[in-house]
Amino acid sequence: MSETGYAASPRIRWTEWLPWLAGVAVFFLLPEYLLFGARILTYILFALSLDLIVGYAGIVTLGHSAFFGAGAYVAGILAAKVKLTDPIVLLVAATVAAGVLGVTTGAVILRTRGLTQLMLTLAIAALCLEVANKATPITGGADGLSGVTIAPIFGLFRFDLFGKTAYLLCLVTLLAGWWLVRRLIYSPFGATLTGIRENSDRMHAIGAPVYRRLLAVYTISAMIAGVAGALSTETNQFVGLNVLGFEPSGELLVMLILGGVGRLYGAFVGPVVFLIAQDALAKQFPQFWYLGIGLMLVLVVLFARGGLLGLADALAARVRRSV
Amino acid sequence: MDALLSSLVSIAFHGVAYGMVLYVISVGLSVTMGLMGFVNLAHGVFAMAGGYILTSSLGRFALPFPVAVGLAFLLVAIGSMALERGLYRHFYGAGELEQVLFTIGLIFMAVAIAQLVFGTLQQPVALPPWLKGQFPLLGRDFPAYRVFLIVVSGAMIAALWFGVERTLWGAMVRAAVDNRAMAQSIGINTRQLFALTFALGSGLAGLGGALGAEIIAVQPTYPFEHLIYFLTVVSVGGLGSLRGPFVAALFIGVSDTACKYWLPQFGAFFIYAATIAILLWRPTGLFGTRV
Repeated sequence: MSETGYAASPRIRWTEWLPWLAGVAVFFLLPEYLLFGARILTYILFALSLDLIVGYAGIVTLGHSAFFGAGAYVAGILAAKVKLTDPIVLLVAATVAAGVLGVTTGAVILRTRGLTQLMLTLAIAALCLEVANKATPITGGADGLSGVTIAPIFGLFRFDLFGKTAYLLCLVTLLAGWWLVRRLIYSPFGATLTGIRENSDRMHAIGAPVYRRLLAVYTISAMIAGVAGALSTETNQFVGLNVLGFEPSGELLVMLILGGVGRLYGAFVGPVVFLIAQDALAKQFPQFWYLGIGLMLVLVVLFARGGLLGLADALAARVRRSV
Repeated sequence: MDALLSSLVSIAFHGVAYGMVLYVISVGLSVTMGLMGFVNLAHGVFAMAGGYILTSSLGRFALPFPVAVGLAFLLVAIGSMALERGLYRHFYGAGELEQVLFTIGLIFMAVAIAQLVFGTLQQPVALPPWLKGQFPLLGRDFPAYRVFLIVVSGAMIAALWFGVERTLWGAMVRAAVDNRAMAQSIGINTRQLFALTFALGSGLAGLGGALGAEIIAVQPTYPFEHLIYFLTVVSVGGLGSLRGPFVAALFIGVSDTACKYWLPQFGAFFIYAATIAILLWRPTGLFGTRV
């Protein structure tokens, strides 16, 4: 096991700055890929929020896209219908909205366990999808919400066609999200979550407020997912129905598993590999793409539960032993 | 007044037919989850397979309808047994997340394979002439196909209930659902029992998918699209129970039909809201005893 729990030193290691160096390098070296890069950064933030509840708190959810969608739609509706176009205000509004949705639905689903909980997450996401689909005057329904215009950040930086501003906004927001999640994981709060994941009965027994801790982390995770949704709206200036629904939730789980669950940086590696592979392969061979995704998922669960980072750890350990 | 009555009768009738199909498809899932605590999200794959076996044996091989339905049951049961021995059994002791991911992986693969083999379009169902047309009953006309569905599903359900309530196999299944460790310790081979029950449940899903091919369109995204309905039937009905899912399936069938008829602008909104409400009221489902 990699030490990402309470026992590990919370100091930021030098390797942990590498993703940010890479992020800045992409900005200068690959200017034609910045919109795609912004998409990847958004998904990393989204995956990070999922890792917090699935990987650390052990809550299995099939409806995390509800929060991403809520953030995306709140930002989109405010920009397109209310003409509230300041990107920072939109981010805050999406965070609040997703947080409210998170705390209300969390208060409901966290009282249950097992299949019932799984079913409730699915049903709540399906309910959100149905609302977005049918409330056509507000959400645009199946056609999507267009007419979203976003004002320049601080009135200075316009959202350009090449995605420069969007990319930097996503990078800075992700940095903030990463810092928050990292702080949480290494805090006593994070240790409680890991304890609940491993054995919630014992956590009850030692007097930890299990339900309140889970509700807190569920709400935080929902807020981060909402920010990711708002970022996607600001980058694309459009909201489609596909931000909700079961398939994005499923794909996000796939990305997280591919990178490695409960490892913080799995949420970085997974979306990068998945989305680049999707961009390169999915258009030419759509059927084989899904076949490959399914096969990979089964193989990862059977043989490599730590995902790519787990494999890298195992490889590094083997090299160290043979040296 | 008469218009209202006839629309009520029509909704009840179509809803019951739909609910019966949902039940035949989902009942196996209830037993799998109750018996082994296995979260099998890929259950819809078996139903879809049954649907494809029916449509292609009717269309491409021009087999008689009853043979096609029987084939759907048999082939799916055999195929699921192979899957169970090869893959599923590695996950019995595993955590919920692993089971969920594994079965989502199976769904992705099944969707891709269905697209490769059959294309993305909905498969036409070449019904025999005796299932087309109307069936007169009590001065009203009912679609013959749905009458047939209700009768056949009803017979299947009766046979299943008899099997579970009155035979030795049924007694062993019930014992294992109630307390697996105890059942094992009195000499019941629960692994074998489970493999058989799994095959039967999957076969029933295939049968339901085949019978209901006209109601629930057979297309590659089937396991994703209807997953929530199958899971709702099981979780609202209660795990490991036979009666619970039946009530839940009829409830979903009738209310879904009624919503589509009277309030199409709300779509499936009421079903989801009702599901959430029922699960809050009774987290173990209507007839379940545990999560």
